[in-house]
Amino acid sequence: MFYLFSGIILICSLLTITTRRILRAAVYLLCVLLSTAGLYFMLKYQFMAAVQLTLYAGGIVVLIIFSILLTHHITHRFKHPDLVKLIMGVGAALVGAGLVFATIFSNSFQPASVQELPVDMTVIGTQLLSTEKNGYVLPFELISILLLAAMIAAIVIAKKEKNKNTEI
Amino acid sequence: MTSNIYDFSTLTGQIHTWLSGLMSPGWVTFTEFVLVGLVFLLAYALLGLFLVYAERKVCAFMQNRVGPNRVGKWGIIQTIADLIKLLLKELIPIRKSDPFLFNLAPFIVIICSFLAMAAIPYAKGLQAIDFNIGVFYVMAVSSLSVVGILLAGWSSNSKYSLIGAMRSGAQIVSYELSVGLSLLSIIVFAGTMQLSGIVESQANGWWIFKGHIPAVISFIIFLIASTAEINRGPFDLAEAESELTAGFHTEYSGIKFAFFFLAEYMNMFIVSAIAATVFLGGWMPLHIGNWEGFNQIMDYIPSIIWFIGKTFFVIWVIMWFKWTFPRLRIDQLLTLEWKYLLPISLFNIILIAFIVLMGWHF
Repeated sequence: MFYLFSGIILICSLLTITTRRILRAAVYLLCVLLSTAGLYFMLKYQFMAAVQLTLYAGGIVVLIIFSILLTHHITHRFKHPDLVKLIMGVGAALVGAGLVFATIFSNSFQPASVQELPVDMTVIGTQLLSTEKNGYVLPFELISILLLAAMIAAIVIAKKEKNKNTEI
Repeated sequence: MTSNIYDFSTLTGQIHTWLSGLMSPGWVTFTEFVLVGLVFLLAYALLGLFLVYAERKVCAFMQNRVGPNRVGKWGIIQTIADLIKLLLKELIPIRKSDPFLFNLAPFIVIICSFLAMAAIPYAKGLQAIDFNIGVFYVMAVSSLSVVGILLAGWSSNSKYSLIGAMRSGAQIVSYELSVGLSLLSIIVFAGTMQLSGIVESQANGWWIFKGHIPAVISFIIFLIASTAEINRGPFDLAEAESELTAGFHTEYSGIKFAFFFLAEYMNMFIVSAIAATVFLGGWMPLHIGNWEGFNQIMDYIPSIIWFIGKTFFVIWVIMWFKWTFPRLRIDQLLTLEWKYLLPISLFNIILIAFIVLMGWHF
């Protein structure tokens, strides 16, 4: 099963960047995210898997597809990129992959001897809001404020300026 | 409380031991996978057929008609005849469409409803997977089906389909919030997201009775929002026949159209099953507090009948909606969600959290 999922992830990631139709790229991206959720399910980390499904597959990909639907036509195709850009992109990707592989191979992995922990929703919830050691209350509140600011900004941008003429 | 409800896990356990006596563990797992898959496929097809028949009959009675009555007794074989007709129809390939996405879209929609069906507790001990995040899982999976609808609308390369898909996308994405929030209110009451845990927590009364008025409010919000999420009337803008021929599946024919059609009815079943499980106690019989005698009598009705009865009650309510109210306009639809349902459900959750903190619920 692991090889199936990782195979899907690899092939679909390649297809995402090589396809010339933008909506197909979005669909391949969706496949990658779904297989990642499958890997989380295999790790028995269902909460993470469900978050992956809701946020990435159900939220972000839907938004991407939605914006494609609004802006593109079905016959639209991307042009092949310039040779220079292609070489530079591939080079950057190779350097990144080399770094990752170097880190992975220099580290000797040992099978975990710790007992498997049941990931319970209540545990996650209390940990998020705990003020004790290893509690996440400060990052949680920070992110909440950031989100609130982002939402208010979105409303301000989207708001129609109705009374512009009357004020002047 | 001693309970004499029949536990289906004894039956599945017997099947498991019987199979284990016949073959090696690997094959046992494989056979069980196949068996569970077959049962689900069969149940899916039969329920779909029955729901289409029920829809036509309910619609007919609401409009003072008779409905299908020629094929079989009370027209009961009518949908099977229709199904055979659909299977024999030609699959029309659309020129200038995107064939890969065009063929993929129906499968995405139908796979999502299958995934959601797996986690529903049908009777005591009869549940394919019991996640500890059951409710969240069902919501996550059902939020994927909108991808299929959007793809279907886009890849058909037709204006009707595209408009239908856009409407459907906007509708599903916004109403998902209210569905989630109304389910969250019962999660706050029950203290768990596990579907079997939620059912167990209703052993001394269903949440809709135990949770005072806030539970009733969130039940109503859930009904409205989920009706919108499954694209049914009065919120069926995505396939408004009078404006868009058939919305996002205008260009589909034959079995692919049947997939959309079936998935739509099964989504209705799933939504009703979730409503029945979370608000109306699932397979849990009608129990009232400490009335031991009354509860004992209620336990004699099998749990699966309770589940099916409640689910079909909710399905009937959703059908009743469809044939009673006129269709909303798109701006009215979004106003209803963002200006009314969302603030109400947010306020409702705060109220419920307060009730739970004070321990006012039963």
